[in-house]
Amino acid sequence: MSINEGEKKLNGANILLEALENEGVDLIFGYPGGVLLPLYDALLDSPIRHILARHEQGVVHAADGYARVTGKVGVCLATSGPGATNLVTGIANAYMDSIPLVVLTGQVVTTLLGTDSFQEADITGITTPITKHSYLVKDAREIPRIVKEAFYLAGTGRPGPVLIDLPKDVLAMEVEPFPAEMNLRGYHVPGRGDSEKIAEVAKALSGCRKPVIYAGGGVITAGAEGVLRQLAEKASLPVVTTLMGIGCLPSGHPNLLGMVGLHGAVAANYAVDDCDLLLAVGVRFDDRVTSGLGHLFATKAKIIHIDIDLAEIAKVVRTHIPIVGDARLVLEEVLKHLEGLTVPQTADWWERLRVWKNDYPMKYDKDRMTPQMVIECMGELAGDDTMVVTDVGQHQMWAAQFYPIAKSRNFATSGGLGTMGFGLPAAVGAQIARPNDLVVLITGDGSFQMCIQELATIVQNKLPIKIVLLNNGVLGMVRQLQKFFYGERYSQTDLHSNPDFVKVAEAYGIRGIRVDSFEQVRSAIAEAIDYPGPVLLDFTISPNEDVLPIVPPGKPITEMLGR
Amino acid sequence: MLHTLAALVENHPGVLTRVAGLFARRAYNIDSLSVCQTEDPELSRMTIVVHGDDQVIEQVRNQLNKLVIVHSVTDLTAESVVDRELALIRIMVSSETRSEVLQTIQIFRGRVVDMGRTNLTVELTGDVGKIDGFVKAIRPYGLLELVRTGKIAIMRSEI
Repeated sequence: MSINEGEKKLNGANILLEALENEGVDLIFGYPGGVLLPLYDALLDSPIRHILARHEQGVVHAADGYARVTGKVGVCLATSGPGATNLVTGIANAYMDSIPLVVLTGQVVTTLLGTDSFQEADITGITTPITKHSYLVKDAREIPRIVKEAFYLAGTGRPGPVLIDLPKDVLAMEVEPFPAEMNLRGYHVPGRGDSEKIAEVAKALSGCRKPVIYAGGGVITAGAEGVLRQLAEKASLPVVTTLMGIGCLPSGHPNLLGMVGLHGAVAANYAVDDCDLLLAVGVRFDDRVTSGLGHLFATKAKIIHIDIDLAEIAKVVRTHIPIVGDARLVLEEVLKHLEGLTVPQTADWWERLRVWKNDYPMKYDKDRMTPQMVIECMGELAGDDTMVVTDVGQHQMWAAQFYPIAKSRNFATSGGLGTMGFGLPAAVGAQIARPNDLVVLITGDGSFQMCIQELATIVQNKLPIKIVLLNNGVLGMVRQLQKFFYGERYSQTDLHSNPDFVKVAEAYGIRGIRVDSFEQVRSAIAEAIDYPGPVLLDFTISPNEDVLPIVPPGKPITEMLGR
Repeated sequence: MLHTLAALVENHPGVLTRVAGLFARRAYNIDSLSVCQTEDPELSRMTIVVHGDDQVIEQVRNQLNKLVIVHSVTDLTAESVVDRELALIRIMVSSETRSEVLQTIQIFRGRVVDMGRTNLTVELTGDVGKIDGFVKAIRPYGLLELVRTGKIAIMRSEI
């Protein structure tokens, strides 16, 4: 007991906030609740800014969006029970895309744990398979160590969400905290990679004729865009990216063939299929890329796989040269080793790639209002610093195919989990993270309605987000699959009774503009960009637009429809 | 193929769930699992026996290694190891079968640890094959209850 006059003893909540500050946190996304009363009370006296969303799913996606566009660890907070379970989708989403999050949840008092008490859920148990690590704090004195460890775990190696479950009595407990000394004996972050293998990679690169770099989200996580670009340019290597890898080379870069996979560019898919060396960096050979057919993927190639996660090596494809390490450090070494070697003779290969690129361009009807045209027009008018956030569905693929992303961390999309509803709250997080850059949310009428309540968060925080709603009145992606592969038997994909989204926006205090003709598109987009506040652009799109090309289920990626 | 994995893990609640969950995700049933604290009270040693495809087990092993609470995982399958299992077995006996049962126990070097009017309980250690053999030999007399610890294993030292 402290007996010093005027000295305020810290409780768990104060200690937590201080520990967060020590990690450089100035912002958390959250939603209060009963067991968090001590924490929300302490927050009133803390310099940490709190963004109140309108649903816990919004809280976690916003923190995720924040992390994606900055590379920093996103922090979110929700109460026990339903508050915590509402985070689950967002945690899984971050886990799948290796996004660094520290997720704080309230918990019932320790004496009631495990008794089915009010608003109790075993959130550490529920999230075990979708967190990198989790803590249930039983002693407030351990908070500084746990917070320090959580940030270190979330942000290093292969990043991911780390959950800290905080019982109410722990938050209220007045204690003398233990020092913040990490104790992570079982955790090791791979570094430079095996130098002998790196020399082998350089040799293989030098001797190959038909190389391809297959670059994923790991390139961006590692900050390896620059060295990747140097390598590609120096050895004139063509680059294909995954959905998560978009932005690792600026769109329009001569070495970039486009996205690879089920809705990838034909030239990208052909190149991967035909190459004699595949340099895979920060990728996991996802089934949206390989069509689930690892044994038919890049079969003529010597596969080099650089990844920070050993468990990704040889998970899907056989790997000839595996390198476990940080993509940036490894590629820098590869580049150094290449200096003494001849660059690969790729002139013939480029000849072939150019033919494919010319023969199979990404295309759409130019004479009417199409979603692709809306996206391209937005890309043209919005500028290079714009962050593009998407939801999930057809509009997401069109955005990936047609939006000219100029820089890494300017494209935030739910890649692995494919979470409808991600877009709007992620756009909130992105805009708060980078208040001076434009945020464009590209969404569809299905996804948009899954977190539509976050329009209030936009208004409350005066976020000038531009919402491009590609409104076709249907669940377009599923409907397209029903059209192509289920004999046009449309089942539950028609969104009858959609609201008037312009009026919805206006009801929240957001400017709404309906666009239903080709002629309006450009001026409406320009007007939205010029407008100082948030705008919802409701584009009336035909439900019959398709995402093309498309690889039918079970087919190798060379057998694309709509080439 | 049968794999024996030895994992050094942190001695905390929730650790077992994380480890077991990785096997469950690939739909592999753990044949046996034994866990106990090691000489370092912060660490536990798990011996996991699991049937599975070599490549997938290798991947699960890598995923296990990735867990923050896992310090190391070794696949002992191809290694030269000493392995043991302990079993407690309750066998039905009558005045006619008692001596034969006791003889069998002796042959397998078991030890009678409890005795009732109509049954007796045997303690037996050995490798998995020995215990399987004993169970097979004793079954005709009436096997009432069987408890096995599952395999524990340690690498042989280099000579």
